[in-house]
Order: sequence, then C-alpha cells, then structure tokens
Amino acid sequence: MTKAILHRLGMAAITMVGVAVVIFVLLRVAPGDPIAMMISPGASVADVAALRAHYGLDAGLLQQFLVWARDLGRGDLGTSISLHRRVLGLLAERLPATLELAFAALVFAVLLGGLIAVFATLTSQSKIAPVVDTINGLFLAVPDFIWAFLLVLVFGVFAPVLPLSGRIDPSLGVTFATPFYLLESLFALRLRVFLDVSRHMLMPTLALGLPLAAIITRVLKESLREAMVQDYVLLARLKGKSELRLVLEEALRNAVAPTLALTGVQFTFLLGGTVIVERIFSYPGIGNMAIDAVINRDLPLIQGLTLVFGALFILVNMSVDLLVVAANPRLRHG
Amino acid sequence: MVDLNRRQALAVGAAGFLSSLLVGGGADAEAGDTLTIAFNVNLPAFDPTVGPSSVNPTIQAIYRAVYDQYIGQNVDLSLAPGLLTKWGWSDDKTKAWMDVREGVVWHDGSPLTPEDVAWSIERAGDPKGGNPVAFVWGSLGGFKIEGQRITADVKNFDPTVFKWMAFLTGYVLPKAYYTKVGADGFEKKPIGTGPYMVDEYQGNAFLRLKRNDKYWGPKPNFETVIFKFVPDGTSRVAEIESGSADVTLEIPYEEYDRLRAKPGLAGVCKPITDIGMIFITNVEKEMLDENVRQAAVCAIDKDLIAKKLLRGYATPIDTLDAPGYEAYDPSIKTPYDPEKAKQLLAASGYSTEKPVKFRIQTTRGFKPKDYETVQAIVGMWRKVGIDAEIEVYEIAKHYELRAGHKLAPMAFYNWGDAIGDPTCSTGFAMFSPSPHSAWKSKDLDDKIGPLWGEKDEAKRIAGWKAIDKYIAEKAYVIPLVQYSQPIVFKSSLKVTANATGALQPTLVAKA
Repeated sequence: MTKAILHRLGMAAITMVGVAVVIFVLLRVAPGDPIAMMISPGASVADVAALRAHYGLDAGLLQQFLVWARDLGRGDLGTSISLHRRVLGLLAERLPATLELAFAALVFAVLLGGLIAVFATLTSQSKIAPVVDTINGLFLAVPDFIWAFLLVLVFGVFAPVLPLSGRIDPSLGVTFATPFYLLESLFALRLRVFLDVSRHMLMPTLALGLPLAAIITRVLKESLREAMVQDYVLLARLKGKSELRLVLEEALRNAVAPTLALTGVQFTFLLGGTVIVERIFSYPGIGNMAIDAVINRDLPLIQGLTLVFGALFILVNMSVDLLVVAANPRLRHG
Repeated sequence: MVDLNRRQALAVGAAGFLSSLLVGGGADAEAGDTLTIAFNVNLPAFDPTVGPSSVNPTIQAIYRAVYDQYIGQNVDLSLAPGLLTKWGWSDDKTKAWMDVREGVVWHDGSPLTPEDVAWSIERAGDPKGGNPVAFVWGSLGGFKIEGQRITADVKNFDPTVFKWMAFLTGYVLPKAYYTKVGADGFEKKPIGTGPYMVDEYQGNAFLRLKRNDKYWGPKPNFETVIFKFVPDGTSRVAEIESGSADVTLEIPYEEYDRLRAKPGLAGVCKPITDIGMIFITNVEKEMLDENVRQAAVCAIDKDLIAKKLLRGYATPIDTLDAPGYEAYDPSIKTPYDPEKAKQLLAASGYSTEKPVKFRIQTTRGFKPKDYETVQAIVGMWRKVGIDAEIEVYEIAKHYELRAGHKLAPMAFYNWGDAIGDPTCSTGFAMFSPSPHSAWKSKDLDDKIGPLWGEKDEAKRIAGWKAIDKYIAEKAYVIPLVQYSQPIVFKSSLKVTANATGALQPTLVAKA
C-alpha cells in the first residue's frame, strides 16, 4: 500500500510539472495580450514597453519561464495583473469557498444518487421503474448551468425564498477567522450564520450536484442489479432477509466499488463545473475568479488557478485510486 | 409526550433544517437606509490609478463612491469643482495652477493636503508606476505649493489634462497613508475622501460601503450601500425582479421593457458616452478603394438598427463625436442610400453578381446585440454588392490585433469617451501613432497632429469638427449608434441617469 502511494505521488509530481510547462507555453501562444488590453489610446510605443516591463512580460519566453519556475519553487506564484495582489494569497482566500461548495455538491449527489439507486433497485419490477429511469435520464441530460438558471427562476424569481448571489448576506457584517465559512460557523455554533451560508450554497450545490446524482444513480443501479443475482444474495434471500436488507447489507458493499471510481472521475468534472455555476450565482470561489482572470488575460493568476485545478484533479484521482484499492481486497492484496 | 427513535429524530432534524433554509430570511434587499445595487462587473482592485480596472469605465461608479477626483463631473459631462475648487493655465500656457479645497478629510480622519494632490499627479505620471495613462499626467511636473495653491510646470501642453482630472485614473490618493501601508496594505484597507467608506469587500461577491459622515459635499443618501457583483445578465434580472436588489443596470433591452412595466419597478434609459462603430483597417486593397468604403457606409440603415434591433434605445451617429460631445456637429451626415452604394460599387467594378469580398470581425455578447448588428449590416451590404464574411472573436483578441494593426478589413467595436472631448474619441481612434487606431494615413495625421497641442480652445474644437467632416467624406471609419444605458430600480427610489454610464450611489435617492 505504501509503495502504491509513493508511486502515485511520484507520478502526480511529474504530471504537475507537465501541467505547469504546458499551461505556461499555451498561455503565451494563445490569443490575447494582457498589455494590449490596458494600454490607453494615447500611449506611445515607449509607454507600452514600460507597461510590458512593469509586468515582467518584456523578456523572452524561456527567460519568463525560468523566472516563473524559480519563483514557483519558492512558493511565489507572482502578482495578479488585474487584482494587484499576490496570487498565492488570492488562492488561499478563494479556494476554500470552492472546496466547500464542491464537497457539499458531492455529498448531496452521493446521498441523492445512492437513495434513488436503492429505490430503483427495490422497485425494478414495478410500474414505477420506467418513471424513475425517465426522470433520471432527464437529470442526466440537463447540464449544471441549465440547472443553475432553472433554480434562479424557480427559487429566485417565482418563489423568491433563496438568496441569488454571494456566499453570505452582505448586511450581516460578520467576520470569520478562516475562509471556511460553512465549517467554521458550524463548529463555532454560530447557527444563524451557518444557516445563512447554507442558504447561499443551496442553489449552486443543487445545480452542481443534480447531474452527478443522476450519474451515480445510473451506475450504482446497474451494479446493484448485477449484484442482486449473485449466489450470495440468493442465499441471503433464502435465509429470509427483506429486499431492503438484501440491497443494503449484501449487494451494496460489492456494487459500490465501480460507483466510487466513477464518482471520483465525475467529481473532477464537477470541479470544472464550478467555474460557470459560481459565475451565475456570483459565488466568490476560484471558478468565478478564473473567468475574470481569463477575460483580463491575467497570466499569473490564470497560471496559479490552473495549477490549483490541476493539483485538485490529480489529488482527487489519486484518492479515488487508493479508496478503490482499500475497498477491494483483491486489489489490496495484489 | 411523543417518543422518537433515532431515525425519526434524524428525519425531523433534517426536515427542520431544510425548511429553515427555505424560509429563513427571505430574499428582499435590506429595507430602509441601505441601497443594494446588482452591479454588472466585479471590482478587481481598489487602486483606481493602475491596472486594467483603472481604465474600465463601468468601475468608475465604485471608485467615485470611495474616492474623489481632482475635478468633479456633472451628469451631462460638464466639469464641476471637486477636490480642486479652481484650476487653469497661465496666459502663455507654460504653467498650470490648481486650488485645493479646504476642510476635506480622509476616511481615517487626517486632513487632505495639497501635497496629497501633487503627489497623486506625480505618482500617476511615473512611466514605471503602471498607470495606463501616465502620458497624460506626465505632462505636468515641478510642483510648487503655496497655501492651497499648487503650481506646476507644463512639460508639454495637453489641452485635455484638466478634463482627464475628471476621467480615468484622475483620483487623489492619500500620500502619507499610502506611503505607510504600501500597495498591498492599501488594497486591504483603502481610504479616500469620497462620500462612502469601504466597510467590507469580498471579491466576486460584494462590496459594502458606509456613509462618510464627514464628507465635504452633500450628505450621501444612504447609510449603507451594497454593490453585489453579478456579471451574469440573467442573474441581474432575477436580482431586481425578486427584490434582492434595489437597482440594476446593463440588462437586455427586452428585459428592461418587461421589468419597468411591472408594478413596483421603474426604469430609466438615457444615451451614454458609449458608441458602436466599425473600424476600417487600411491594409487590404479593398479598403484602400474609397468607393467601397463609401458604399459600405451608404448601405447601412442605422435608423433601422437603432429602432428595430436595439428597440429604440440607441441613437444613429455619423461621427465618432456623438451628441453631447464637445465637437459634435449635427450637420455632418452620411445618409442611408443603397442606390448610391450600388453606383459607387459599380464604379469600382463590383455588383451583386460580382461582389467585393472581405472579412468583418465582431464580438458576440460583449455589447448589446453586437453580433446581431453585424449580421444585419452584412445583410444590408449583400443587397448592394458587398459580400462580407463574419468572424467572431473575443474582445481580448480585438485589443491584441488592433495594437498590432492586424484587424480584419472591418471590425465592430464600442468606444467610450466619458469626458466627451474629441481627442478621446476621433483623436485616439483615428491618429496613426495611437496604438488603438485602425486607419493609419498621413493625410489624416497631418490634420490631427497640430490639434494635440492647440492652445486656442475654440480653434481646437472647430479643428476637430473639420476632421470629423473629412473622415465622413473619406469614409475612414463607420460610426453606427450611440447606446443608451438601461437602469431598472424600485419605484420607491429615484435614479438620475449619468451620461458617462457610471451608476454612482450618489445619483440614487429615495423618491
């Protein structure tokens, strides 16, 4: 197990270096010059050159990369062109918001997807089955940003019971010791604040979580269907166990491994989905910040954000790999 | 007493939590002395003098709430006393003088001094400081202070420098405080002399401001102002429709018409200093043919675009100096005449059967109906013998191509000039040395060049009008429409439209 972890960590480090190089080069060859976006109409050639030098974009590509790599090695991701702040500080400030949202959506998706899969398995022979499949198909087909707009219409306009934007009510005027608002307010038992943060997270959580829940439902339901005809389930059924207990106590344990692997992969897509969903709900995470960074061609910030997204993707995949190994004795023992 | 088992207790708890999520607090904006604005852009940074946000016209609404400009500006673009009460040039225009207002205090309680003003101009004019318009501020130097009066040497005469003091990056910052806390410290806790003080800021989410009770000007109307950053247009519509915001702006014109008809909501939509235009790049041979350029102008029915496509919320224009600008000349006309367009094209050997072909670039969704406008124009052109191929690109690409003089033969763009001075409209858009011009020709440069330093104001404005006329005759650019800015607000409020497009909190009052 330790060897497997070390191997994956080594691979992750190599992948991150690759991501860093590719992103650096791609951003320099992609259209859109950050300096061209901010030069005034009356600026002379010398003014433009001065601006370029001010932001360290006057050197050659290799030299820029070496400077960036050297600073990166020291834990310095540079200064954002558009936000005038250190990139590392900005990421430390915004990443927790995205992590709380993504994990809330993941928990919601796992619970909802799991419940529906179990329900669908129990009712697979009834007239409800095609209805469940159809609804699930619909949830699968609708992408997260469409859910976001639908939720805005329903809970923001027709029945305005939920806040439409932000992470907390601006008029509350509360302060936090950490950037993890949800967790901090929960553990500090500031229930009014916790409730407000939860209310702000509800719609983006649903928008991100519903498509993932549909995927989990489909995969888990199929796995359960296969498991339910295995000998050990038949034996348990002969012993008189109820269908619910058969599913929960016998089939689920074996059906969960493929679902776990797929959920991990889909979770990385969910992280990608935070970009547009955070934008729609004006949720102050790294996804929302990424859009502004791209619009402004804020190269240091885009590089920092891409590295964080890359690291998250790698971390999630590595964790899932290890969980699958841990959950499956055959893999664990080679 | 009802006994609950573990599952029932969990179920009751979950149901209670879910219902409290849905009923806890409602979505209404804060009533009473709080103004909530669903704003269309995020505030990236607090320093109003450096970086891309400093030249973003929309963000000036926030900067003007926190800081004061050297010189104020009325909603009709005219200048008004700001932190400078009087200003002017010496007779020979070798000196500039400014009188600094007395009795003004910074948000931290320290007094504003003439040193703050002189330092702010010097800092802005430092080419290494990152101010995008350092060339303007750098025209003044050698500051001397006597009492409240600052006198500066004019290094190179720029007749617009005082107008810039009410425009982009023209803000006074606190010398002592900024020097003490540095750039990072200032971003964390910015102070100004403006009507509102920064109370809390969450990037990409909101900015909460508190009334500055020591403000030197009229008492601000609200105790608290909240800017919610809602860049998505649909979400802004939902914010105002649900009552979560008191005011919003820059929504689709269709939604503006729908919302202002609803009970409890009102709207205002007035022309602002933002125009739609088509750049012509004089690189490919088709664009060097005057007949083709003039035909392209004649074939566009701007009235139809303004009335039908933009629902009447735009004004057709014939020069880059729009109505309300100082050098606007209503006598310059480029009328819609498709028959003349056909004749002009025929003179160059083109017809509907053998059309002249070129590319036209446009953004999609960056400005109201930008892509649709270009589509309509291409349709109009097709009827007279112009076959234009549309290429959609991002605005960042536009800037890069324009700076490198590599735009397509024609390119749609919007141009803002919030001080209405011809140097900032026709000047920078059409003068070759400007990195933002697309038509670069000696004949035009010879006419524009002498006006940059013209000391006689009447002669200067007359000169720009003559240039606008010349450009229209030669068809070096295609001005299209002046946009109106839709603002929707609760009918319990009164909003004064600002020709610059900056929705400052001081322009909102209780009805």
